[in-house]
Amino acid sequence: MSKNIILCGVGGQGTVLASRLISAAAMKEGLPVQSAETIGMAQRGGSVFSHIRIGEGADTPMIGLGQADLILGFELGETVRQLPYLRKSGRVIAADRAVMPVTASLSGGYDPALMKQYLQKNVADLQIVEVEKAFAELGSAKVLNLLLLGAAFYADSLGLQKESMLSAIEDNVPAKFLDLNKKAFCYFD
Amino acid sequence: MHKEFLMGNEAIAMGAVAAGVNLVCGYPGTPSTEVLETVAKHRPADCYVEWSINEKTAMEVAAGAAYAGSRVLVTMKQMGLNVASDPLMCVEYVGVKGGMVVLVADDPGPISSQTEQDTRSFARFSKVPCFDPSTAQEAYDMMEEAFALSEQYGTPVFVRPTTRVSHGYASIDVKDAEEYRTHKAEGFIKDTKKWVIFPRASFLNHQRIEARNAQLTQELSASGFNGILPESGEMADVRKGLAAGGISYTYALEARKALGSTRLLKVGTPFPFPEELALQFLDGLDEVLCLEELDPVIERELIYLCGKHHLNVKIRGKLTGDVQAAGENTVDSVKTAAASFLGLAAGGQEALELPPLPVRPPVLCAGCPHRASFYAVKQAMKGKKTIYCGDIGCYTLGNAMPLDMVDTCLCMGAGLGIAQGVFHTEPDTSCFAFVGDSTFFASAIPSVINGVFNQADFTLVVLDNSTTAMTGHQPHPGTGRTMMGENVPAISIESVLKGIGLTCVETVDPLDHEAAVACVQTVAAQKGVKAIIFRSPCIAVSKPAGKCGVDPDACIGCRTCIDEIGCPALSFADGRAVIDEGQCTGCGLCSQLCPAGAIAPVRKEARHE
Repeated sequence: MSKNIILCGVGGQGTVLASRLISAAAMKEGLPVQSAETIGMAQRGGSVFSHIRIGEGADTPMIGLGQADLILGFELGETVRQLPYLRKSGRVIAADRAVMPVTASLSGGYDPALMKQYLQKNVADLQIVEVEKAFAELGSAKVLNLLLLGAAFYADSLGLQKESMLSAIEDNVPAKFLDLNKKAFCYFD
Repeated sequence: MHKEFLMGNEAIAMGAVAAGVNLVCGYPGTPSTEVLETVAKHRPADCYVEWSINEKTAMEVAAGAAYAGSRVLVTMKQMGLNVASDPLMCVEYVGVKGGMVVLVADDPGPISSQTEQDTRSFARFSKVPCFDPSTAQEAYDMMEEAFALSEQYGTPVFVRPTTRVSHGYASIDVKDAEEYRTHKAEGFIKDTKKWVIFPRASFLNHQRIEARNAQLTQELSASGFNGILPESGEMADVRKGLAAGGISYTYALEARKALGSTRLLKVGTPFPFPEELALQFLDGLDEVLCLEELDPVIERELIYLCGKHHLNVKIRGKLTGDVQAAGENTVDSVKTAAASFLGLAAGGQEALELPPLPVRPPVLCAGCPHRASFYAVKQAMKGKKTIYCGDIGCYTLGNAMPLDMVDTCLCMGAGLGIAQGVFHTEPDTSCFAFVGDSTFFASAIPSVINGVFNQADFTLVVLDNSTTAMTGHQPHPGTGRTMMGENVPAISIESVLKGIGLTCVETVDPLDHEAAVACVQTVAAQKGVKAIIFRSPCIAVSKPAGKCGVDPDACIGCRTCIDEIGCPALSFADGRAVIDEGQCTGCGLCSQLCPAGAIAPVRKEARHE
């Protein structure tokens, strides 16, 4: 198999861990994997993305325009920003969630509802994840990354086995948050 | 050998560990920081690791250890190389005994830096050989080669990844611990002719260095890090070739898959340039397109070779406008440039027309004490003629609206000197220099002494959040914990300043807004060099005080909280302020500003209520 996945959101939302978990699970299945992360100043509330390439034949960790099989969006506007990378046949799984930048709080200019409409109009294979409801049931808003990862997994979008995903989560999530994170991952089971 | 999934910087670190590195030092800076942190995490028993106070000191520590025969790795970002250039330029002349690898991570874009300078150009300037990895695997493999070359010729050697290599991950082949090399340092052997730099010795060393580098251009032509595709030498009739290095080489490989198998030169050792290999590549070509980031290094080398050997080959790239002069290359920019050069269609799908997207400049985190510090100074100095000189760190983000509290920012520690220069030009301006705690130790202290000695008048504001925040929370002399895990006496910023001779040094909690404003007013009114230390820990290294909430019935919708401090946890909806509990740390700054008393701690008590 070969898969190009883009995770995107706003610095601080946990995209780096989610990316790490996908790569670790792929490694457990003996698949070659490369990835690229945004690290640095943009982590302070800027736009961040991870590129993950699983399978043979990738010469660079970076995904080209129109080459992504899956975009996993942590924030509506950021999901739209990454759409040029999506293949025509690609899938988008996006959190129904907006993070208001300070610039927009000060002077407006960001309407998340328009972003959602744009996704609905332009993406044939789209799944919007109602995160607030899940957060309320899980009792925490700090598991957006595992919730989305689970949404992608149970939609058969990652091409990875459940055992390898769970094992990657156990290896990479601190023990005291493990139960909550596993519950979030399995929320869509 | 086994497979591991490693970040490029982790691969570099593990490559150094496998090569038997004895000492690793450096100063944090994106995108280089994880190299030293990874060595510290996997540190073999006989390896010493330190965060030095700045890159110059790190380079000198590294030189001393290499004089004594240790294998050393010194790490920094490209801006740090400027700070370390004085010792490095000289060490190249003096030479080393143990292998000395200078890891400098460049930042095309730039993504997290002030300049787009190119360490490959610095290599030519300093005459230091340079390796340029294109993948994490190559970065790992280059470390052993770099140490070996350093010891063989007694010279420091650069390894220079760029952001996408440093922060890219890949599953790569690494050695098992049993396969690691061990390196025993011989110790320092006195020899003043060798270790004391003098004009006569430098003249002789200069001759030796030029001869060595001429020889290396030949030797490196055979290095596995350089090469020509296709390896078999078929396609003798092609007239056009591509030349690339670093991450752009991987983009060129992707382009080649889409555009057909053009001849491709890979340059993994940009200095000394592999001339013989490049001549083989140029043989029979009419035109070459160079694909590289930052400076046109490969491009200039090929132009030089064509002149030297009277070759009629047109070299294209940045200098001819065929490739963008600045910024990062991408898979697509390289493919488009290569397609246009080869006279082919780049293909790809129709471009989507995107709606206007939110602008997201990086901002100070919700609850960041720097926001409170800047706001206190802003309020205290309202209506006065001021200049706010900023510096390098998270607090550069104090420039964003609505705070707008950074009038200048240049390089590490520069704000203090700039404040003094402005004062000497317009003495009626109240000059402020803001500097973080780590930057204070790294590069501000000499400028404080300069100001005191030369009778300048400015207010030094030390933003002490007890960590090196921007680069990921490294310890520094004020934190009292070393990279070897030892607890050591913390160096007091107050004592340093008083020792220099400042008589007015006040420390205040910036989250106590009233006290902070009063403190600024008192201190700024003094003459000479005086200091305020705003002390409150970074939210990423301390437990949140709690959460604040808005009482929607009490909120009058005046927007004071939003318009004054620009906290990302605050937004405005349905005519009322709203606090995002996921982001709020309960710092309480907004609750102290609210004219209606509508903001208060919820659940746990916030620290100022």
